Amino acid sequence: MSAYVQSLLGILLSAILTENFILVKFYGICPFMGVSKKSDTALGMGMAVTFVMGIASAATWAVNALLLIPLKLEYMQTVAFILVIAAIVQVVEMFLKKSMPSLYQALGIYLPLITTNCAVLGAALVNVQKGYDFLQSVVFGVCGGLGFTLAIVLFASVRERSDKADCPECFQGFPIALISAGLLALAFMGFSGLKIF
Amino acid sequence: MNIRQQCKEGILTKNPVLVQLLGMCSSLAITTSLFNGLGMGLSVTIILICSNVMISALRKVIPSNIRIAAYIVIIAGFVTMVDLLLQAFLPDLSENLGVFIPLIVVNCIILGRAEAFASKNGVLASAFDGLFMGIGYTLAITAMSIVRELLGSGTFGGGILNGGEGIRIIPEGYPAMLLIMPVGGFLMLGCLIAAFQFAMKKMKAKEEAK
Repeated sequence: MSAYVQSLLGILLSAILTENFILVKFYGICPFMGVSKKSDTALGMGMAVTFVMGIASAATWAVNALLLIPLKLEYMQTVAFILVIAAIVQVVEMFLKKSMPSLYQALGIYLPLITTNCAVLGAALVNVQKGYDFLQSVVFGVCGGLGFTLAIVLFASVRERSDKADCPECFQGFPIALISAGLLALAFMGFSGLKIF
Repeated sequence: MNIRQQCKEGILTKNPVLVQLLGMCSSLAITTSLFNGLGMGLSVTIILICSNVMISALRKVIPSNIRIAAYIVIIAGFVTMVDLLLQAFLPDLSENLGVFIPLIVVNCIILGRAEAFASKNGVLASAFDGLFMGIGYTLAITAMSIVRELLGSGTFGGGILNGGEGIRIIPEGYPAMLLIMPVGGFLMLGCLIAAFQFAMKKMKAKEEAK
């Protein structure tokens, strides 16, 4: 196995488990808390995020390598990336509406929310920080999205039950959800140190 | 709306972190020491005031169907400025907060206030709204940082006081490391919101009793 494939597998493992976007890195907490009341909507949100993150990682890598670096405009990264992401979300929405109405029906309502999801911008910025090449960036984006989906679906299933539980009055609603997220994060801590070599 | 009411809303009744539950990514991730919490809080406050003023001033010029994109560009501009300033003058803070500085762009507090307040109100009122919402955010995450740092690493004011070491309150080996890890962020914010809800309920009951 070549070193490059190994590096890709390493990114895959760390993005999904050891450095899970939500539970370890805290990217994308808002949709994580907001859209996790039912497990099927959580799955829809997770899939939409994975899809957009894959495309956005590819596009922001291209913008950074082909536009910003040659023009010495690296300090404009934040502004350029957020514009690219907003544009991608819009294009994806229009494209799905025209060509894949069934998928659009499933993901449609979540797409506009993704522009302000810090997981997407976070993935783009981390790609630059770690100096990933094109393929590594895409793998990181898609696997980060899969990690997001895993966490949000698990959490939604926990929350469906904990909402019915009888907890102290002042803990009802968000506090108990945050505590259950904490316990889930505790479980994910068990993955730290896992490596492919 | 008068300033006193705005102040009360920003800090208590509509506190962005504890009541509106906005901007949780940063409030969970960086509240591991007083220095980080205070630095993040002040950066967000400054950006919030600037973007509120700018958006309020331009609210009649921006066409309403592309307003969100326009707001994001304005906010991203200010975030870039703060990012570059921190890199130049407070490199330690910039390194600690890392990617969470550029991520202020997608912090729901700022876009939320732009949409809910600055796009409908005058420049001065928007500036005060930004100031008080920023103070509310700063107070909440500073409180969280102090507790997490005290129980998690046993110090107070790490990064600022005592030459960056912080004042040691709990002897080494005793603090619960768990609290400065990601898990601690979730647990602590959950407890803080619960305590806040409890206090608000008590206050309301007292007012009704009068």
